[in-house]
Amino acid sequence: MRILMFGWEFPPRMSGGLGTACYGMTAALASLGHRITFVLPRDSEAGAAPFLDLVSTAGILVSDADRDDGAEATLRRLALRPLPSRLHPYLSAGRYRVLYLSEETKFPITAGIYGPDLIAEAIRYGRAGGVLARTSTFDVIHAHDWMTVPAALRARRISGRPLILHIHSLEYDRSGENGNEEIFAIEREGMEKADRIIAVSHRTKRMIVARYSIPEEKISVVYNAVSKTEARQAYRTERQGEGKMVLFLGRITFQKGPDYFVEAAAQVLHVLPDVTFVMAGAGDMMGRMIERVAELGIGDRFHFTGFLQGEEIERIFSLCDLYVMPSVSEPFGISPLEAMSYDVPVILSRQSGVSEILRHALKVDFWDVREMAAKIIAVLKHPVLADAMAEKAREELRKVRWETAAEKIAAIYRETAGR
Amino acid sequence: MPSVCLYFQVHQPCRLRRYSFFDVGSLHDYEDEAENRRILDRVAEKCYLPAGALLLRLIQEYDGAFRVAFSLSGVVLDQLERYRPDVLESFQRLSATGCVEFLNETDSHSLAFLFSQREFRAQVLRHRERIRSLFEQEGQTFRHTELIYSDALAAAVEKMGYRTILAEGSEKILGRRSPNLIYRPNGCKKLKLLLRNYRLSDDVAFRFSDRNWAEYPLTAAKYAHWLHRIRREEAVVNLFMDYETIGEHQWRETGIFDFLRALPGEILRHPDFCFRTPAEAAAEREPAGEIACPDFISWADEERDTTAWLGNAMQQDAAGKLYNLETAVRRRKDEGLLRSWRMLQTSDHLYYMCTKWFSDGDVHRYFNPYESPYEAYINYMNIIDDLSQRVKRQKEKSHDRGAGILSF
Repeated sequence: MRILMFGWEFPPRMSGGLGTACYGMTAALASLGHRITFVLPRDSEAGAAPFLDLVSTAGILVSDADRDDGAEATLRRLALRPLPSRLHPYLSAGRYRVLYLSEETKFPITAGIYGPDLIAEAIRYGRAGGVLARTSTFDVIHAHDWMTVPAALRARRISGRPLILHIHSLEYDRSGENGNEEIFAIEREGMEKADRIIAVSHRTKRMIVARYSIPEEKISVVYNAVSKTEARQAYRTERQGEGKMVLFLGRITFQKGPDYFVEAAAQVLHVLPDVTFVMAGAGDMMGRMIERVAELGIGDRFHFTGFLQGEEIERIFSLCDLYVMPSVSEPFGISPLEAMSYDVPVILSRQSGVSEILRHALKVDFWDVREMAAKIIAVLKHPVLADAMAEKAREELRKVRWETAAEKIAAIYRETAGR
Repeated sequence: MPSVCLYFQVHQPCRLRRYSFFDVGSLHDYEDEAENRRILDRVAEKCYLPAGALLLRLIQEYDGAFRVAFSLSGVVLDQLERYRPDVLESFQRLSATGCVEFLNETDSHSLAFLFSQREFRAQVLRHRERIRSLFEQEGQTFRHTELIYSDALAAAVEKMGYRTILAEGSEKILGRRSPNLIYRPNGCKKLKLLLRNYRLSDDVAFRFSDRNWAEYPLTAAKYAHWLHRIRREEAVVNLFMDYETIGEHQWRETGIFDFLRALPGEILRHPDFCFRTPAEAAAEREPAGEIACPDFISWADEERDTTAWLGNAMQQDAAGKLYNLETAVRRRKDEGLLRSWRMLQTSDHLYYMCTKWFSDGDVHRYFNPYESPYEAYINYMNIIDDLSQRVKRQKEKSHDRGAGILSF
């Protein structure tokens, strides 16, 4: 089947889980024989994906007709309006980057991919989508998250082909009740008009039904996975010595629950004073976290690394004894799988999609700091437990394959295209 | 004349409360009393009482021709004495018919034999005494927790005066021999071995209500027919299963009570067949041969070994830590400490930590009150932590006392 796929980032230029997921997914789809045209905003340096046609919108000439051809209601409203400056009070530059990212941000924000005004970017991207829809041939449209909604809807209207909208993250996950109304509106419109929706977990599916009033029958759940190379890695050699290290890795934002990690750390240090806690990442809550660590008087055992990338991430995973993901709301959450690929035992919040598929991890409610601390202590105190978890997780990881996800996605393609 | 030997295992573990690391040192009550009570009540209503009433009626109806055996773990006896004396009375009524044998086992439903001979003996003697005083029966037949068995166990059990021992009729020890014969354990002189016919037992215990099973639905007539096909030279068909099969694992709606009600009549229609308790069946025959079993076997999982309780490092660690406390616990001579230590020996606590989840996993999860084996291990180790602190504190106290006496 020929697929027109709208993405937002792709390796090596990316900042979060969405790019990683798109890479794994498209590679597996291509190996099933599907032909994918993958559209990216702006210029892309990606040359590492011989299995698909990467199209960048940078080179596309947008004619006047494509500029405004009676777009969908919400989008037209946005497109016609001057960039809303009133967004800025609660969308600081830093916040902006935070807004859309679907999963763990562990790479530094690459300037250029995400412009200063994300909504304007999405709309510009949307116009190019129309051009592509007119000039290329395909059977289905597959789009990822709200930034691609304008492009995907336009492509759907022009081509008459079915649209599958893949939800990796919702505004509600990222920002809780204080989400951006306009992004929320784009998400809703995209999901209402899409012919099918793919959610990365049952948790996300339930949220789509409850918060966006989308009928349940329209939504399929397809879990993310880790690619083979990630799963093969195994570094254990660097871990040594007496002091144990507990890692938080992700954006330091509301969604990721860094505050619960800090409070749990204080309780653990009360019992096990030699443990080191590391918070890797950056985000709008970082300042507050540093202050809180100082207030609790645990600064000597608690470190902030800032953004990590590439080898630094590999190194931190191979150094740590335990990975904790205390997310308040996590549609999927690929980082526990990565931690597992380094033989690191994992504690994760029940409020994450990935907890639906992982059995060999400890689970806690993100707000239950005492239980989180108790479980951290247990893993650090009992090497037998840590080893058993790591060993079984390795087996489990072998079953979380992109090939399986791709087969499910392909079945959805067939169903929607056949209508 | 082949005998049918029907034996029901009765056991409910003492489930542990959620015991956090932060409870260590301050909370010394480890039981989840409400949960134990809730489950006991449910099983009593669904199984123990109605099944007991039915068996009693059958025994009376067949005027001694229908006979059964039970093994009640000390752990379930504790719970019945405390919460459901009515169930205990139903067993006593059965015992009074003279057609029911009560077996002996380790009082704490433990794996003590694998860790401490002294503790094993103590628990067996304790259980023997309890059965004697509750049912006025001298224990003649021994069955180990989860039907665990080995040559060494058989030797120890013979030394304690038992005449009969039960084990799983696994091909591992039988080879191509029949499970429907009486054997002599390797190295024993008097002890006789009865082996569970696991196919026929599990047809009832596991497959009875399985709609995908080719033999579904299983009627008493069909089942009796399978038994009647057994060769005349064979001595005894041993049908061993959990008592909870009747009404709890297989619900009333599956027709399990109707099956049981019709079973004695269907089996006894064949004049060559009779019912016997294990001790009676063993006493009637001489062994057909010797069975060697150097390694432990059990009735659990496909492996039929001890890996459901001691298969991974967490289980071995937990059991090791518990039995390491033995000497210290004994020295304290404190009833409360000893009771806690024994309660923690129940094999179920280790079973919950089993990580063999992918083939036999379903059965394990059905019986597991924990979210994962890791939670089970953490909870258990926290309690062990508290127990060892208590043991240590007791020691300091007794030292202080000693010092006080000296200073006088």
